[in-house]
Amino acid sequence: MIHYLTMNALTVKDVTKTYATGTQALKGVSFEVPEGDFFALLGPNGAGKTTIIGVVTGLVNKTSGSVSVFEYNTDKDTELAKAQIGLVGQEVNFNPFEKPFDIVVNQGGYYGIPRSKAMPRAKQLLEDLGLGEKMYQSALTLSGGMKRRLMIARALIHEPRFLILDEPTAGVDVELRRGMWDYLRKLTKDGVTILLTTHYLEESEQLSKHVAIINKGQIVASGTMDEILAMHDDKEAAKDGYRGGRLEEVFIKLTSEK
Amino acid sequence: MDIVAAGSRKYSSSSQVKNSMSPAQLWISFYTMLRKDVVRMFRIWVQTFLPSVMTSTLYFLVFGTVLGSRIGDMQGVDYMQFVVPGLVMLAIVTSSYANTSFTFFSSKFFARSIDEILVSPTPPWLMIAGYVGGGVVRGVLVGTLVLIVSIFFTGLSLSVHSLAIILSFALLTSLVFALAGLVNGIYAKSIDGINLVPTFVLTPLVYLGGIFYSVTSLPSWWQAITYSNPLFYLVNGFRYGFLGITDVKLVYSVGILLSLIALLVAVNWYLIRKGLGLRQ
Repeated sequence: MIHYLTMNALTVKDVTKTYATGTQALKGVSFEVPEGDFFALLGPNGAGKTTIIGVVTGLVNKTSGSVSVFEYNTDKDTELAKAQIGLVGQEVNFNPFEKPFDIVVNQGGYYGIPRSKAMPRAKQLLEDLGLGEKMYQSALTLSGGMKRRLMIARALIHEPRFLILDEPTAGVDVELRRGMWDYLRKLTKDGVTILLTTHYLEESEQLSKHVAIINKGQIVASGTMDEILAMHDDKEAAKDGYRGGRLEEVFIKLTSEK
Repeated sequence: MDIVAAGSRKYSSSSQVKNSMSPAQLWISFYTMLRKDVVRMFRIWVQTFLPSVMTSTLYFLVFGTVLGSRIGDMQGVDYMQFVVPGLVMLAIVTSSYANTSFTFFSSKFFARSIDEILVSPTPPWLMIAGYVGGGVVRGVLVGTLVLIVSIFFTGLSLSVHSLAIILSFALLTSLVFALAGLVNGIYAKSIDGINLVPTFVLTPLVYLGGIFYSVTSLPSWWQAITYSNPLFYLVNGFRYGFLGITDVKLVYSVGILLSLIALLVAVNWYLIRKGLGLRQ
């Protein structure tokens, strides 16, 4: 019998973060993202999702705990851990005076990819993401949805094994959002592990294999999507007035103020 | 607009990054940062190159041609010849400082594009090198432009004592002030933060650093103050390269330059490593 050992794309263990203002954003967060997973990190605004992503990607200094990306510890093997990750942040964070093509090619440069390799790859990514006609124009001319797609192309230029998306479809219209989900699903089929945060719970319910729900800096539930959905109580939901999908009901139950 | 699927690209097996960045990859990352900054400075040349050239032209006109003809010689040389190295140095200092302080501040404050580098495996020391490299390039380019302008005001007879000293001081001085500008850019929390130091610290130091006069022409108490100004040593070393005259021994100038570089590299490395002003 052959046993295939799979490693975790991400292991977050007992991570805490207290900002200089005294705000305790993370209170001992632990969860794992298996390799090849489509993992949803869900939580209300201010729950700590973006802080976790910041800690994993090196944009936020954690107060304590440990983070490993494909078994590379982010404290000890920082560069190796970073090399595995592609990040699509919540906020637009590129120079709007540059051209999309240059933004993506330069990002490849920061990962040590020569321009001769980065240029055709950037062109292909931008075309795949529907930005072919805009790639040589100033990024100032891009719409909100185009900016999101540019950030996805930028995050993929070094062909990361682990793609992190912090609310990638915020402010994106329905058609484009569907296109983006299809694109991300294809990426997971190609072997890319995906962690995303989103407020579109119905879509997350369809796409994600594993889920973690965070509230006030603590993981309040985590497991496979089926395990999380099993927490749904049909009778309880009917009593309150059914408003959304099962994941939404579980989410509300776990995160609402009592 | 449709989004095309990722196609046949396979990410998990072929693209695994097993090693830290190789020397070639480090060079590519450095080149990317430098190229990006140089492209930017040429794109907005009216803001990056022209002001220093304009200011220097006015200085040459007023201090060199108009007032200089009344001053006569300084330390045995024509006043215009005396003042040229100091004005070139002024352009180098202000340009290299402004370049790193502004590019770093704007990339962390306006578009937060510094995240592009922070999330990548580019190590902190290389990030410093990338930003500082841009400052050095601008400092040297602006210095060269000002020098070209000065040739017209000196009747095409600018003397050169040692080209090696001129180039070394130009390069190392721009390095010092690119590093100093980076410290400013890291600490600055608003656009005022990158204007305060040049206005209230850098400009007085440069003007009182012996650009327009020899320290020997000052009263003794003022001479003592001048000797504590690091800019004085840099201006004198640079002037020595042109005229072969100096108020202090060249070795002191070189010592000050190298000490400042060592100090500022250490400060920058510490700040970037700690993520001050970059990471929350």
